[in-house]
This record gives sequence, structure tokens and C-alpha cells, in this order.
Amino acid sequence: MITVEDVSHRLGERLALDRVSVDFAEHRVGVIGANGSGKSTFARLLNGLIVPDSGRVTVDGLSTARDGKEVRRKVGFVFTDPDAQIVMPTVAEDVAFGLRRSGLPRAEITRRVSDVLDRFGLGGFDDRPAHLLSGGEKQLLALCSVLVTEPATVVCDEPTTLLDLRNARLIGALLAGLAQRIVLVTHDLAMLASFDRVLVFDDGRLVGDDVPAVAVGRYRELMG
Amino acid sequence: MSPAGLYHPGASVLHRLPAGLKLAGLAAGVTGLLLLDQLWWLGAAAVVVAALHAVARVPARLALAQVRPLLWFGAFLLGAQLLLTDWQRALSVVLTLVLSVALAGLVTLTTRVSAMLDVAETLLGPLRRVGVRPDRVGLVLALTIRGVPVIAGIAGTVREAHHARGSVGRPWALLVPVLVRVLRHADALGDALAARGADDEPGSRHGTSSDRP
Repeated sequence: MITVEDVSHRLGERLALDRVSVDFAEHRVGVIGANGSGKSTFARLLNGLIVPDSGRVTVDGLSTARDGKEVRRKVGFVFTDPDAQIVMPTVAEDVAFGLRRSGLPRAEITRRVSDVLDRFGLGGFDDRPAHLLSGGEKQLLALCSVLVTEPATVVCDEPTTLLDLRNARLIGALLAGLAQRIVLVTHDLAMLASFDRVLVFDDGRLVGDDVPAVAVGRYRELMG
Repeated sequence: MSPAGLYHPGASVLHRLPAGLKLAGLAAGVTGLLLLDQLWWLGAAAVVVAALHAVARVPARLALAQVRPLLWFGAFLLGAQLLLTDWQRALSVVLTLVLSVALAGLVTLTTRVSAMLDVAETLLGPLRRVGVRPDRVGLVLALTIRGVPVIAGIAGTVREAHHARGSVGRPWALLVPVLVRVLRHADALGDALAARGADDEPGSRHGTSSDRP
């Protein structure tokens, strides 16, 4: 269960989130809203990337402010731009990066890396320079790098925004098939059709919280 | 294509040697090169370095890419040495430099960055007592290597944007937009590192770039 209690947060002078309260345990949760509506700030609250100015965020009872390390083990984060998420020069090294200080034996790390790359279509890419991958392959790599640490929840902040239609569909299908709980921030409303619940943000406030059809309708109303 | 300074996959004996042994061999090799003062000895060393590249099955273009950045500096060094000493000595100084860089390049081409980091972290381990965190030093080294193609990509994008707008022949005009993009990338990378747990230590969870507008 993820609980957001009466959270407000400023980014500079701007109130990015205004007294937001919501909790959810659903398997698939979408987050939509206009640019600057607060949805990315909301996403960053969920694994402690942002500690709110006021209010509280907990993941399975763990506070993101107090128990950040444990929260990040439970909640992985996929960013819009995979180039900013790739840390190591080659594919396998980047996936293994998150396990470097896990205490796992080297053989187990190699096995996990190999498994996740095979599962997401990057088998055989182990020693490829990450910067030579296509945009879609980079986003797959970013996803693999998060999933190899086996988080219970994956928060994705517009993971398909920079991708072409084919790669966007591929990433969308892969996310839909994951066993983990997914919190997906997106402008691609079609991706949310099969989701359990969709949150709508506007001007820092949570203004909609419903099944996809109703929530998307509310969003369309807001957009005029 | 594998640019200079990046791992070239392979299964040769050199690829399989432990990174620590290769780095020790590199240190010994460069020391040995510095002790050679006869041109014919350096010629023999060049044959050995070329043979090592062949053993590692490194393509000639990649091997040359490791020393190509030395072209202008080597020419300058040769000219300066010729003013100070005889041509044999001048040539041996330049050859020593080129062979040392070629050897270092060979170690880079046959060793994964993660293996290098493991060695660096082990060697820096004793410095923990004076507050140095070897894992952080290793991370900085990895990010530096990773940063080269990223910054090159940013510079390429900005250059293309300038060309598309008809602005050509003013390379200094690229400086500010490249710098701004690099700083933005650094901010985003900081968030990604925090999200991936690279920053995890007690009380370290405040003030990522996400807290800035």
C-alpha cells in the first residue's frame, strides 16, 4: 500500500503539489494531467526522490523521509530520458550497477543480469556500448536496470514520450505484462485502458481518481 | 563501432586476465619502456605491443584510434626534442609515449569498466580511514567514462540545431547551449543515481535536483 497524506510541495516559488491525499494498493495505477500539473512531482514522491515540504508519504508503512533506502529497494523509477538513467558504459555493466553493493555473489549478479536482458529482448547486447543503442533499446535497458533489483513497484515517468510509435507500443506492452505494481505517468491515454485506476492532476491538485474511462473523461473536460 | 577508450568485447587470454594483473602489467610495461634508451630496443617493444594487440584480436583501426589523439602532441614533442637533442633521442621519447598510450589503450580495450572499478575500489580501500569512499571514487570514474559519449552527443545535437538555423562558422556560439544542456543532464543523472540507490546512506535523502524548479 502506498499512502500520500496531505502532501504539499514547492518547486521554487511554484506550489507543485497542494494538499494531495491518496492511497492505493492496485496493481496498475495511471497518473495524467497537463504539463506542470504536478504529476511528475507526485511520481517522485513515491520512491523518496522528493521529500515533501509538508505531509507524509509511506510505502508499505515505510516513510520515504525516514526510510529512503528501504523505500527505494521496494520502488524502482524509470525516467523519461533513458540517457540520463544509464550510468555505465556497456549494457550488462549498467544493469549490474544497481546490484554492485547488494552483497550478492558475482555469479548470481551475472545470472540475474543475463536473465533480465534475455527477458526484455536485449540478450546478446551485454558488451554493447550503451550510447550506441537506439532510443527504444535505451529505454529497455533503463527498464532492465530497474527490474534487476526486483522492486515490488515500478514508477514510470512518461517512459514513452521520447520514443517512436513502435517502441512506445513495445514499452507499453512490456509494462502491462510486468508482475510488479506499476504507477505510470503518461500522456498516452490509450496505454491506460486496462489500468485499475487513474489519478488526474491539475494545477498541483488531485482533481480526479477513478476507473480509466471516467478519469480520462475528466481529464478531457479539463483540457477543454 | 567502438570509439577510443571503450571496452572491446572478446574472449582472448588478455580479456580473461584479472584487471588487477593487467594494470600491474601496464605499470611494469610503462616503467620498462621508460628504461629503454636505444631505438632498436624500442622497435622491439613496438613489435611486442603489436603482438599483444594481435593476441587480443583488437582490430587495427581500434588500436590506432587509441594513439591517434597523440598525433599533434607527438609532432610538437618531436619538434621540441629535435631542438634540444639529437634525432635518435627525440624519436625515442616520442616512441616511448606512443607505446605507453598504446599499452594503456590495450588494457582499456580488454577490460570492462566495472572490473577496473573493482580494482580501484580495492586499492583505495585503506583510504576509508581518512574519510575517502572508494565506491564514490569508482562511481566518479565510471561517470566520467560514460560522460564522454553523452557530452559528444549533446554537442552534436546543438551543432546540428545551429546549422539548421543557418548559423555556421561560430563555434563559440555553441558553448553556452552545450553547457546548459550538460548541466541539465547532470541534474537528471543525479536524480537517476539517487533513484538507483547510489546515494544511499543514512540521512542522505534530501535535496535532489527534483527539489529545484
